[in-house]
Amino acid sequence: MSRISTTLCLLLILGGAGLLAAGNATGAVPPYAVSLVGKYLCYAMLALAVDLVWGFAGILSLGHAAFFALGGYAMGMYLMRQIGTRGVYGNAVLPDFMVFLNWKELPWYWHGFDNPLFAILIALAVPGLLAFVFGWFAFRSRVSGVYLSIITQALTYALLLAFFRNDMGFGGNNGLTDFKDIFGFSLQSDGVRRGLLLASAGFLALQLVVARYVVTSRFGKVLIAVRDTESRTRFLGYRPERYKLFVFVLSAVMAGIGGALYVPQVGIINPSEFAPANSIEAVIWVAVGGRGTLVGAILGALLVNAGKTYFTGALPELWLFALGALFILVTLLLPKGILGLFARRAARPAPPVVEPAK
Amino acid sequence: MASFRNWLRGTGMAAAAAATLLTGAHDAQAQTTIKVGILHSLSGTMAISETTLKDVMLMLIEEQNKKGGVLGKKLEAVVVDPASNWPLFAEKARQLITVDKVAAVFGCWTSVSRKSVLPVFEELNSILFYPVQYEGEESSKNVFYTGAAPNQQAIPAVDYLAKEEKVQRWVLAGTDYVYPRTTNKILEAYLKSRGVKDEDIMINYTPFGHSDWQNIVASIKKFGTAGKKTAVVSTINGDANVPFYKELGNQGVKATDIPVVAFSVGEEELAGIDTKPLLGHLAAWNYFQSVKSADNTAFIAKWKAFTKNQKRVTNDPMEAHVIGFAMWIKAIEKAGTTDPKAVIDAMIGISVPNLTGGYSAMMPNHHITKPVLIGEVKADGQFNVVWQTKGTVVANEWSPYLEGSKDLIADWRSPMSCGNFNVKTGKCGGAK
Amino acid sequence: MPLLRRLFILALIAASLAQPAMAQDDPFAGLAGDSFDDIRHGIETLATSGAPQAAAVIAALQEGNLYAGPDAALFIKTDDGWLDARSGKPATEVAEDALNPVKMNNGVRRAAEAAMGSLELYSPDAATRRHAAEAVLKSRDPAALEGLTRALAKESDAGVRRIMEQARASALLATPATPEAERLAAVATLRARGDLDARAMLASLTAQPPAVAEAAATAVIAIDRMLQLWGLAQGVFYGLSLGSVLLLAAAGLAITFGVMGVINMAHGEMVMLGAYTTFVVQDVIKSHAPYLFEASLFIAVPLAFLVAGAVGIAVERCMLRFLYGRPLETLLATWGLSLAMQQTVRSIFGASNREVSTPQWMSGATQWGGITITYNRLVIIVFAAMVVAALMAALRYTALGLRMRAVTQNRRMAAAMGIRTPWVDALTFGLGSGVAGMAGVALSQIDNVSPNLGQGYIIDSFMVVVFGGVGNLWGTVVSALTLGTVNKFLEPLAGAVLGKITVLVLLILFIQRKPRGMFPIKGRAVES
Repeated sequence: MSRISTTLCLLLILGGAGLLAAGNATGAVPPYAVSLVGKYLCYAMLALAVDLVWGFAGILSLGHAAFFALGGYAMGMYLMRQIGTRGVYGNAVLPDFMVFLNWKELPWYWHGFDNPLFAILIALAVPGLLAFVFGWFAFRSRVSGVYLSIITQALTYALLLAFFRNDMGFGGNNGLTDFKDIFGFSLQSDGVRRGLLLASAGFLALQLVVARYVVTSRFGKVLIAVRDTESRTRFLGYRPERYKLFVFVLSAVMAGIGGALYVPQVGIINPSEFAPANSIEAVIWVAVGGRGTLVGAILGALLVNAGKTYFTGALPELWLFALGALFILVTLLLPKGILGLFARRAARPAPPVVEPAK
Repeated sequence: MASFRNWLRGTGMAAAAAATLLTGAHDAQAQTTIKVGILHSLSGTMAISETTLKDVMLMLIEEQNKKGGVLGKKLEAVVVDPASNWPLFAEKARQLITVDKVAAVFGCWTSVSRKSVLPVFEELNSILFYPVQYEGEESSKNVFYTGAAPNQQAIPAVDYLAKEEKVQRWVLAGTDYVYPRTTNKILEAYLKSRGVKDEDIMINYTPFGHSDWQNIVASIKKFGTAGKKTAVVSTINGDANVPFYKELGNQGVKATDIPVVAFSVGEEELAGIDTKPLLGHLAAWNYFQSVKSADNTAFIAKWKAFTKNQKRVTNDPMEAHVIGFAMWIKAIEKAGTTDPKAVIDAMIGISVPNLTGGYSAMMPNHHITKPVLIGEVKADGQFNVVWQTKGTVVANEWSPYLEGSKDLIADWRSPMSCGNFNVKTGKCGGAK
Repeated sequence: MPLLRRLFILALIAASLAQPAMAQDDPFAGLAGDSFDDIRHGIETLATSGAPQAAAVIAALQEGNLYAGPDAALFIKTDDGWLDARSGKPATEVAEDALNPVKMNNGVRRAAEAAMGSLELYSPDAATRRHAAEAVLKSRDPAALEGLTRALAKESDAGVRRIMEQARASALLATPATPEAERLAAVATLRARGDLDARAMLASLTAQPPAVAEAAATAVIAIDRMLQLWGLAQGVFYGLSLGSVLLLAAAGLAITFGVMGVINMAHGEMVMLGAYTTFVVQDVIKSHAPYLFEASLFIAVPLAFLVAGAVGIAVERCMLRFLYGRPLETLLATWGLSLAMQQTVRSIFGASNREVSTPQWMSGATQWGGITITYNRLVIIVFAAMVVAALMAALRYTALGLRMRAVTQNRRMAAAMGIRTPWVDALTFGLGSGVAGMAGVALSQIDNVSPNLGQGYIIDSFMVVVFGGVGNLWGTVVSALTLGTVNKFLEPLAGAVLGKITVLVLLILFIQRKPRGMFPIKGRAVES
């Protein structure tokens, strides 16, 4: 079942994206749809990352959007430097927001971002490093359950406040915007949009394969053991914190990739991406699709976001009711998410979910 | 295998739903109406300010339709909810322009939402009317700024305080985002150019939604005891104002001791505060509900009737939409088409009555001329206009008090047709 | 003689009628002026003119009831009709259309306050005299000197006397003719006052003899040092007050989340319900029973408890009871609930802020030595203490409390003992929600009453509960007060934003040291 759905999902992602891109090239699909689906696929990467830690290691991270946003900022800084003299003030070095706030020179942490490879490296390294440091301390101290959830939330909240500060040099509330080029190609051309869509689909497929490989490997079995009863696993001689740390860092990097691909497609990165509500939403996508299924996470992210797009246009005044009702109904009626509907006849029941400490 | 079939059926349904979603359910071809996009947050943190603007647009469109629409066609409002989410603003803007095929969009509040949609409007060459005061430092071909630039609000307010209240010491308090930062930079440079010393300026920034103002109000009080008349220039944003003013009232900071002049506090914000302790604190705007003019009286009556609420107040950004909408209608009539290209050119030079008894004109920099009014808070939550400019003020979209922008001008008439022309180098900057 | 006097008066009236604009002869004329400067001077002229109507006219001006017409005519608007300002007699044939209220701005208001101060120094009421003396003190008007000296001679109340002496000192310092010795004494008087007003006065002295200037400078330094010491105490008060706000917001969550284990993301919305209940109560009172207004909060508190509690019970019955044993899923369902509740409130009450007024007894501030205590904050501190005490008592001493503890500690055992666990669950959740509702009443006094109210507190509330140790009410109390105080002491050092970031980082680090919060519940299980 799981293998079938994964394969099917891979086919759908790649095939669907390919079809959309081809349709767009022939004019059958409007460019609007291309960036929109590209954006959904980036959200799906975030959802996949959340599912990997929540569904398979029992780490309910309420701060995963922080890694997504950090990846986004790294990419945004590269795109910002690419603007060059085409900014409104025509300053070759300083981004616009620095010019009008009277910054004299580029802060040290902005150096190197004119190089795309460096930017991509940072987009992977910073989320990974933050996850490593954070996870190293948290898992070693055996912070778990809801305590872990709340400190991940504190982490993203602190980052939110920090990035809001204009003195930080990341553009404050306005964030980074008005991008022109990526790798020398205009971001406003249809070709680049198609390319970004295909890249998002490709990376999502790759992440799905990697994630599936990780959870079905020997490593994954231990991971699931840690999720279900951490203490018993420890008594068996495993070091649960190492397993958790590895998967946490991997997941953060995956989220970072999602963020890096997200920014050129939506055209803005701003501190509100760090908002704790965004992280909670990502968890909800996973729950809607089906926790611990990987494919479900992707499905949930696509479905909820498509719903959001549709309802904010069709029922602008009532859509929060629709969204709220969706979350309530899914939790009440579909405890295993939408995929749970299909998995009902699977031979083995899903493992019991261990709850956090009271 | 049954599960597999179910799977397929499920995905098939989802795909069908997605298809209708993406291509747009409406038939955009047979347009018998002119569509107007309304891009204001109806949920999330900004809903508090923006919902009113959606209502006022609906009223204006209904009213125009009663007059027979424009060019023989009725107007149709397309309302979407960008939910105070900036990437969603960009997405919705693209949807309005490409899927709903609107002729113009009225919307946004705060610079970040405008910055988020700006590339979309420029790419698709559509029109946005932005109704809120902002920090300036921008002039786009596709945006018409009907709110105030800093010199249409902040600088006259400071002048008033210096002249009428003999203020010599200044607290510049703001929320930490780009509008207060820029405005305070401009004010700081302006005050220094007027001989105010460094030690007589205190700058303070707080996060969004800051709700505990005890220390800050206390430190303002303390700053005010250096023996010189002190005033607070507040660029504190929406939500944080209520707790700020409540704390001012409770700590007994009276307007007669330390007046506070605010640029983001209007009738709508005061409706949530008991204003008795705030008597005499000031606000600078280009419109107040209390202004006596025939147009304004009629507008207020229409607004109350439309919302079926006698207590609904009017405010400055609403007036900006009234002006912007009237200008747009006039420009369509002048151009004879709703095609954005023609309308953008037709907009410059159009002049319509504002609600304060004068005329506002669209200038070549895509900003409008506005009178500047200073009002003192009254006990009933309205403002008492204590000063106003003789005529209207032309916006400085590029502030002469900022290092980076003092040489820039914007003029969207051909042959210059540039939003950031550098008069020193004689070149048009990157943005076109 | 009487005849002669009458003739003289008639002549005067004739003269004033013939030259209505001659301000010199008519102390009232300035008030009808066009510019704020005219009006301000008009007030000063009138106050020193000794005209019997002066106080009444200036008071009417302060109330916004003074109207000016053509030819410098002045009328006072009362509930029973118009009075002629100059005579105080009812006026007939008033052309209302031609009248405009006399313009006010802060300058005019200041002049009016100072003028009223000097006129009311002889009021029979001590509180009025005190107020008047404070107003004169702030005006630093040399012209008030004579009046102050006279008033001082008659003053019997020691407190008022002290303020009058301080006012006299400030006026003396502003009078050019004052000899140096008296100036030095005046500086000493103001230094003894020792507050911010005194500091402002001493710091603003100009054109003083060198000895006086020096004395003033040392006095300013001394006051600053005093105030700095007091600043510590003031910081503690700020911290306590922020802490009690956090405590109120988190107390309900300590029950629903801490005791029951429901990750209640709709907690903030329960707080919001309480705030809107306060709004509705005040609205009804304002339109139907204005005399009850001062008591509005006492009515709102129980009502908010009931409203939020009832919603809580309904939520538990319709939704949460299906989710026991899967607390993480309560997060999702209650998140959906919070979205729907926000939108419901937005549809009913509109998106903008609603006005909740502060009753008179809760507004303003008092000085305790060098610290300013605002009444609303003080009331909130006391209220928070009462709520927590009541909550603890309810858990410890009532039958329901006993059952609640039994059910949350061992559900099956409790059920076996005959406790109706579903009923207890519903009541527990109702209690937690009701407490949140009461918090809403308090928060309505310091924050926005808007659909977003709850969102601002939800994250902080969770942090408070977790920092204190889930399931421990005392932990929540200590944690809220600690976080509040630390935040308030960091804020002046690092600024509001960095201060908050620092608190969050400290919290993360603390949880590394103590992974179960400050006061973990001790148990024998390896996990949980």
